Amino acid sequence: MFGKLTLHDIPFDQPIVMGTCAGILVVGAFVLGLITYLKRWRWLWEEWITSVDHKRVGLMYIMLALVMLLRGFADAIMMRTQLAIAGGGHAGFLPPEHYNQIFSAHGTIMIFFVAMPFVVGLMNFVVPLQIGARDVAFPVLNSISFWLTAAGALLPNIALGVGEFARTGWLAYPPLSELAYSPGVGVDYYLVALQISGIGTLLSGINLVTTILKMRAPGMELGMMPVFTWTALGSNMLIVVSFPILTATFAMLMLDRYLGFHFFTNDAGGNPMMFINLIWTWGHPEVYILVLPAFGVFSEVIATFSGKPLFGYRSMVAATLVITILAFIVWMHHFFTMGAGANVNAFFGIATMVIAIPTGVKVFNWLFTMYGGRVRFDVPVLWTIGFMITFVIGGMTGVLLAVPSNDFLLHNSLFLIAHFHNVIIGGVLFGCFAGMNYWFPKAFGFTLEPRLGKAAFWCWFVGFYLAFMPLYVLGFLGMTRRMNHYDNPAWTSYLQVAWVGAILILLGIVLQIAQLVVSIRTRRQRLDLTGDPWNGRTFEWSVPSPPPAYNFAVEPVADGLDTYWRSKAARRAPAPIYQSIQLPENSPAGFLVAACAVACGFAVVWHIWWLALLGLVGGLGVMIASSWREHGEFVIPATEVARIERLARALPLKS
Amino acid sequence: MNDMQLAASLERAPARYIPATKFGTTGFGFYVYLLSDAILFSALFATYAVLKTANAGGPTPQVLFDLKNVGVETACLLTSSFICGLAMQADEARNRTGVAIGLIAVFLLGVGFLSLEVREFAGMIHAGAGPQRSAFLSAFFALVGAHGLHITVGLAWIVLLLCHLGAMGFSASFRRRLFCFSLFWHVLDVVWIAIFTFVYLLGIQP
Repeated sequence: MFGKLTLHDIPFDQPIVMGTCAGILVVGAFVLGLITYLKRWRWLWEEWITSVDHKRVGLMYIMLALVMLLRGFADAIMMRTQLAIAGGGHAGFLPPEHYNQIFSAHGTIMIFFVAMPFVVGLMNFVVPLQIGARDVAFPVLNSISFWLTAAGALLPNIALGVGEFARTGWLAYPPLSELAYSPGVGVDYYLVALQISGIGTLLSGINLVTTILKMRAPGMELGMMPVFTWTALGSNMLIVVSFPILTATFAMLMLDRYLGFHFFTNDAGGNPMMFINLIWTWGHPEVYILVLPAFGVFSEVIATFSGKPLFGYRSMVAATLVITILAFIVWMHHFFTMGAGANVNAFFGIATMVIAIPTGVKVFNWLFTMYGGRVRFDVPVLWTIGFMITFVIGGMTGVLLAVPSNDFLLHNSLFLIAHFHNVIIGGVLFGCFAGMNYWFPKAFGFTLEPRLGKAAFWCWFVGFYLAFMPLYVLGFLGMTRRMNHYDNPAWTSYLQVAWVGAILILLGIVLQIAQLVVSIRTRRQRLDLTGDPWNGRTFEWSVPSPPPAYNFAVEPVADGLDTYWRSKAARRAPAPIYQSIQLPENSPAGFLVAACAVACGFAVVWHIWWLALLGLVGGLGVMIASSWREHGEFVIPATEVARIERLARALPLKS
Repeated sequence: MNDMQLAASLERAPARYIPATKFGTTGFGFYVYLLSDAILFSALFATYAVLKTANAGGPTPQVLFDLKNVGVETACLLTSSFICGLAMQADEARNRTGVAIGLIAVFLLGVGFLSLEVREFAGMIHAGAGPQRSAFLSAFFALVGAHGLHITVGLAWIVLLLCHLGAMGFSASFRRRLFCFSLFWHVLDVVWIAIFTFVYLLGIQP
């Protein structure tokens, strides 16, 4: 009836896990109770859960990312604390089998359920507004994408209390992840969660590529698209081309584990290195999927807050596309030690170093944009400048690692850990936070409190350096990644400094939460009535904040770069003539499909085959049922558009 | 956007770019999906290429593959694609019966293909050459099986299309879906030709 699942699979004997689960349950019950008490269920269902509005979907992605950031960071601080005390004969407070799950969950969650939803959420929210569209190309599919991602994010959290998570690191290399060496359900949780969310991401990528290439405002040629949209295009093309490889690779590992195939096993001709090649042909593009939109955010922020057009627009676009292509020919630098031979390693080493060139072009473009401008040091700009410094350091240590002979010494050492945190925190996460502070007023109609925002930035910035610079040294001292305890006294003081850095980052996160709370409480003092609080350049700032459901009452027409910026200078304000607008109707399909996916995924993990079948049939049934909806659109009449616009812009009534 | 809005956009837009119609957008999006599907197959092809010789002392392609069976499969699939093209012609002419007959013919040929494939698989498994036998066979079953799974999805899609056609006739959404289906079916043909060539034809080479 319940497959492999028994009561013994709930780890009652582990106080840390049980405490966390109890905490999650209490907070969850409190939130559900609050919604019930405030009678907000209908609102939640109609305005958010079934919404297919790209703005709502994008915001839900970002909320998911922020919640999962807390989970991923809790893992991080436990690891840092463990290593700060687990030297010189002390075992620390985390037993190895628990510690192994923590670093696996940390990596998995931070990449797939923090960085990805944050970046995808920003693109979802911003891109249609920037290109003058009323929604994405396939709104219902967009909602399905989000809910599949959320379903994927739920499974590792279920694994916390029911069973176990993978102990194999965030990419689950075989043969360790094969059934022979990981017989538990941990790897299955990992695989199922990432398959579900991977499909969501792929669908979202298809959706945004189509949106950008087919739904831009009239007149907006490719060479007039804002840079964030360009980077989103690059990122989503990479999603379309790389995520199927992830799906195929994980499917093969699942066939190995569930049906006794021999793709990556040690026996019967299986080839574990094949997995590592395949996973990194997805994995390296993934890095650029994350960082390209962050580059886009910085480009928008730095141009807006310098009050100048972006320096070198064309070279910026070219650099973006060059990175998009190069992303696919560097995967092997993740395992130079495989022994592919000097020539192969040399090719991949040189290709990796070549990426530094377009990235350098971008950095210089940002610097030259600031040069001669009137730079306003608002919160998004602090994150941007912090990024420029941090990312350049991370990029240079990346070039060091790209030299195969160096890599043989530094492979899987803490030097590598320091490097990729340097680029992912300093690049992706700083970009997400810059974007959050930049577009928050657009999304909610009031700005974020700047002083707490600045304090949070400084805690993150200083905390990052304290936490990760020692890891470079530790890498040179020979400390490898994924260690539970150690006996080299020379490492201890560095690890303690790193712990202090993690605590500072914790303070940064607390300040960010405080910033959100204070901003919401004092929102009336910081209302954004103009829709353009930063003196922006692109179309999203031409609509009220928050934008009405239809985004643009009158479809904008582009006639060059930064049309909106130039229209402000020209003071052109023709009286708008409103027409009725067609919008997609809400659909519960996404939520229902995701619910079926969670049931099916959980059942597959525990071999509860009847439930797996039920979930699969249910999910397909929802899709088929929604295919019978012939229209799925409703019309907002012109008079209603006029009324909404008048209210949103506080304009006088015109007869 | 609908045609009226499109005309309005055309009038106002000074430049060369105008947004696509709904049909164009859907078709383009489906092309992008098919591209991603092709990548999925290429991952499976690459794996097959690497593991092709890893037969672990088990049966080799030369022993296992029967070109006669594969030839009939190929004929089924290519004919079905041709008929799918005819069904699209019938759709252009708003010939409801033609579309229905075409789709049913595609369905039957697809079923024929699939039953031959299942028979081949069953025979191999019965002879002790199942996917658990060696890495080569794992890769073979995964690659050819993934194609077969796509064909199965395509068959289910035909049933749904016929239901839509019966219930709603030539609605705009039906024509979009039929267009997407025909793209899907043709791409499966292309994938099959690659399988036929690289797995079967080159596989039986000594």
